[in-house]
Amino acid sequence: MTAGLLVIGVGNPSRGDDALGPAFVEELGAALAAEVARGELELVTDFQLQVEHALDLQGRAAVVFVDASVAAPAPFAYAAVAPDAGGFAYTTHALSPGALLATYRDVVGAPPPAFVLAIRGEAFELGAPLSAAAQAHLARALAFFAARVRQAEVGRA
Amino acid sequence: MSTIPPAALDTAANPEALRRIAIEPLSRVEGHGKVTILLDAERRVQQVRLHIVEFRGFERFILGRPFWEVPVMVQRLCGICPVSHHLAASKAMDQVVGAAAIPATATAIRRLMHYGQILQSHALHFFHLASPDLLFGFDSDPAKRNVVGVLAAHPELARHGILLRKFGQEIIRVTAGKRVHGTGSIPGGVNKRITVAERDELAAPLPDVLAWAQAGVRLVAELFAANRALYEGFGTVRSSLLSLVAADGTLDLYDGGLRARDADGALLFDGVRCEDYGARIHENVRSWSYMKFPFFAALGPERGWYKVGPLARIQNCDAIGTPLAEAARQELVAQALGGVQHAPLAYHWARMIELLHAAEVIAGLLADPALLGDELTARGARAGTGIGIIEAPRGTLIHHYEVDADDLVTMCNLIVSTTHNNTAMNEAIRQVARQYLDGHEPTEALLNHIEVAIRAFDPCLSCATHALGKMPLAVEIVDAAGALVTRLVRDAEVVA
Repeated sequence: MTAGLLVIGVGNPSRGDDALGPAFVEELGAALAAEVARGELELVTDFQLQVEHALDLQGRAAVVFVDASVAAPAPFAYAAVAPDAGGFAYTTHALSPGALLATYRDVVGAPPPAFVLAIRGEAFELGAPLSAAAQAHLARALAFFAARVRQAEVGRA
Repeated sequence: MSTIPPAALDTAANPEALRRIAIEPLSRVEGHGKVTILLDAERRVQQVRLHIVEFRGFERFILGRPFWEVPVMVQRLCGICPVSHHLAASKAMDQVVGAAAIPATATAIRRLMHYGQILQSHALHFFHLASPDLLFGFDSDPAKRNVVGVLAAHPELARHGILLRKFGQEIIRVTAGKRVHGTGSIPGGVNKRITVAERDELAAPLPDVLAWAQAGVRLVAELFAANRALYEGFGTVRSSLLSLVAADGTLDLYDGGLRARDADGALLFDGVRCEDYGARIHENVRSWSYMKFPFFAALGPERGWYKVGPLARIQNCDAIGTPLAEAARQELVAQALGGVQHAPLAYHWARMIELLHAAEVIAGLLADPALLGDELTARGARAGTGIGIIEAPRGTLIHHYEVDADDLVTMCNLIVSTTHNNTAMNEAIRQVARQYLDGHEPTEALLNHIEVAIRAFDPCLSCATHALGKMPLAVEIVDAAGALVTRLVRDAEVVA
C-alpha cells in the first residue's frame, strides 16, 4: 500500500549541514514510528532529487521535500511549492522540488499538494558534523512538523 | 611535480589587459566549476580555462578510518555515481582481506549492481541533460532547452528516460540493499544474496528496457548522421585513450587490465595490471585549478593527456561481447573511416551504445544461475595495499589504499573519471571558443556552446553538496580595462 504522506529528505550526510534533510528524516522516523508502521507515512532520503523521484509521488495525498537551505530564515521555512518548469535551465544533475513536480505533471498528471521544509544551514564542509546552529534549527523543524502530522494538518498549509 | 608548459589558449601573455568572461558554476554539470574566457579589444579569444574552484579533500576524509568502513563511506563522495565508488573501494579492499578471487555469486551480484548504475547514469545524462541541446539546438530558447521542453516535444522519449532510470535504481536497491548508501558490497564479496522473486521482479521490464535502449541508440545515430559536419567538428581534439579491457580484448566495465591507444589507434600499452597503474599514469598540478591533470608517464605531460569514458572505451576495446551493442559499435567505428573518432559529441552516441550493452549484460546476469548462489565472500592472507579500478559511467575510476596493522587507512589516492578528462575538456572548450566565440559578442547561446562541449564528457565536478540557494549561475563580462560591464546571476532555487 502506498503511504498517503511522503517525506523526502535531500542531502549528503557527510557534508556538514547538508545532512539536515537525511537527519530530519531519520529523527522523524523515530518520532513517528507508529505512523510509519501503520503505513500512513513513508520516508525517503537521497543525495539530490532526480527525475525518477517523480514516480515516488504517485498515489500520495501530500509530499514534503526537506532540505538544507542557505537562503531560508532561521530556523526554517515551510511553504507550498508548485510545478516550476523554469527551475530546469540552470540546475545540475539534480532537480528542484518545483522542477520535479513539473516533470510529474507532464509525465503523469496533476501532482499531489507539495511543500518544502527548508531548514537553515550554515556550513557544508566534507566530513564535518551538523553545526550547533543547524542542530538547533533541526530540533525546531522536527517539533513543528511532527505536530503537524499528528494533527493531520499537512496538506492544509 | 613538474609544471605543464603553456599551450595555445591555456595561458594568455597579458591577461590583465584582456576582457574576462566567467561562467560559474556550470549548468547541468556538478557543482563548483567555472569557465573563464579572456578576450582582447577585438574580441579575439586569448585564454580559456575550465577551473575547479572547490578543494574537496576526499582523501583526507578517508584517512584513519577502518578499512571495512571505506566501501560505504566513499559513497558519500558523490551523489551521482556512489555505486562506482562503492565497488572500486570494495575491489581494493578485496586485496586487503586477501580475496584474490571472490565467489562467482559475489562477482555476478557486483556486476549486476555496476551495470545497473551504468544504465541509470547514462539514461539520466542523455535523456535529461544532453538531449535538450541535441534535439532543440545549442542556441535554442534556453527556457525550453531542458527536460520539460523534451517532455513537451518528445514525451515518450522523456518518459523512457525516467523509466530507464527507475529500472537502474531498482537494480541498485536490490543488490546494494538500499536505494542510497547501500552496503551490499563488502571487502571480499557481498553481504546479501538475491532471491528468485527479486530476480524475477528485475527481469520483468527487460523487453521494454532493451527496446528503449535500442531506440536511444537509433536516435543519437540519426542525429549524428543528420548533422555530421557539426557533430564531427564541434570541439574536436585528438588525444590518446585509456580504459579497462577484458583479457580477451572485449569491453568490460567492471574488471580487466589497463589499455591505452594513441590518437591514431595504435596500442601504447595493454594488459597492464591495475596494481601497476602508478608506473603508467602520473598527475600534474596547475596553479589555477584544484583538479589534477593526469598523463601517461612515457609520453610526458604535454603529449600524454588522454580521454576516458564511453567514447574511449568503445574504441579502445576490440569488440563488445553483446550482439546488439556490438552492431551499434561497428556502425560508430565505421563513421570514423578506419581512424579514431575524437568528437566530443560522439560521446553521446557511445554512451547510448554502452546503455544498450548494460541492458544486455543485465539480461545475461539475471539468467545466470550463479546470481542465485549462497557463497558470498572469500578471505585469504591479509595485505597492506589495495588498488581497485573500475570503469564508472564517466570513465576510469582508481581507488588506492594503504592499510596498517590496526586496520586503519594510512594512505588514500583517488583518481576519478572527471580528473582523467581534465585536459581533454579544457582543450575541447578552447577549440569551441576558437570556432564560435572568436571575434563575436558573447551571447547566452554562444556561451552555451562552451557548456555543450563540457557536458559531452558528463563531468561530475563536485556533486556532494547542493543546498538550496547554493548554486547560482554567474556570467561576468569585464572590459579590457578591468571594469565590470554586466553581471547576470540566476539562482537555481531560493526558498524563503
